Amino acid sequence: MPNTIPLSWYLGISAVLFTMGALGVLIRRNPLIIFMSIELMLNSANLAFVAFARSFDVLTGQIFVFFVMTVSAAEVAVGLALIVIIFRNKHSIDVDLMNSLKG
Amino acid sequence: MNLTLILFIVLAAVAVAAAAGLLISRNTVYAALFLVLNFATVAVFYLILGAPFIALAQVTIYAGAIMVLFLFVIMLLGADKLPRGQVLPWQRPMAIVLAAVLLAEAGFLLFQRLQITAGLANPDASVNTTQALQTLGLALFSQYLLPFEVTSVLLLVAMVGVIVLTKKEKGEPG
Repeated sequence: MPNTIPLSWYLGISAVLFTMGALGVLIRRNPLIIFMSIELMLNSANLAFVAFARSFDVLTGQIFVFFVMTVSAAEVAVGLALIVIIFRNKHSIDVDLMNSLKG
Repeated sequence: MNLTLILFIVLAAVAVAAAAGLLISRNTVYAALFLVLNFATVAVFYLILGAPFIALAQVTIYAGAIMVLFLFVIMLLGADKLPRGQVLPWQRPMAIVLAAVLLAEAGFLLFQRLQITAGLANPDASVNTTQALQTLGLALFSQYLLPFEVTSVLLLVAMVGVIVLTKKEKGEPG
């Protein structure tokens, strides 16, 4: 199947997905959904990486995506553990209740 | 209007709709399933872009492992329907304005550099999948061997960290 789609289209869809992820972080107050929005942003960055790798015909972009995936897997494991601990201590995960460090 | 173009437009619409579903769904489980749909469409984008290894890693790591972990925690906490707290009156309009600014900046950069990005349309030659996989594996285990090993240490540290974090102290009430 020939590829006739310009790089800028992929970058456009990547930018739209990134913006939606940022919007999710800003408007949602459920930390699990905030977390998923962060994953959405990482994913859109990965899409831009792969599109550039294809366009410039180099492999570095794909290898970088592999590393981004590993780091995000580690990040999700630690983040979800933190959410579980917060739930255990406060019996709720509303972001508004996480104000113990407020000066 | 060829087949790839139609496929791209359909996939882009599904990806954006799934992201919108993630943003507006009240139930956290539905949000997670919308995100799985988004990851699946992005995996098909990777296949179109000639990156089969990344596409499969996307399906197994993101849509498989990470989202199962998410669903597991949602079920564990019973957080599928959180009660709504008081809403800041300016939060939503402010967030939409900021997101619009971000999108406008990205679009401006994209169009300002259009002569760079548009000129470099993907080459018409179809990718030899086996050869691409071979090259990727060779690069990963020769040129990028050190980062690859550091990644395994990072995963180990994350695993140990999670176990230490969630372990109950002796004598701590349930």
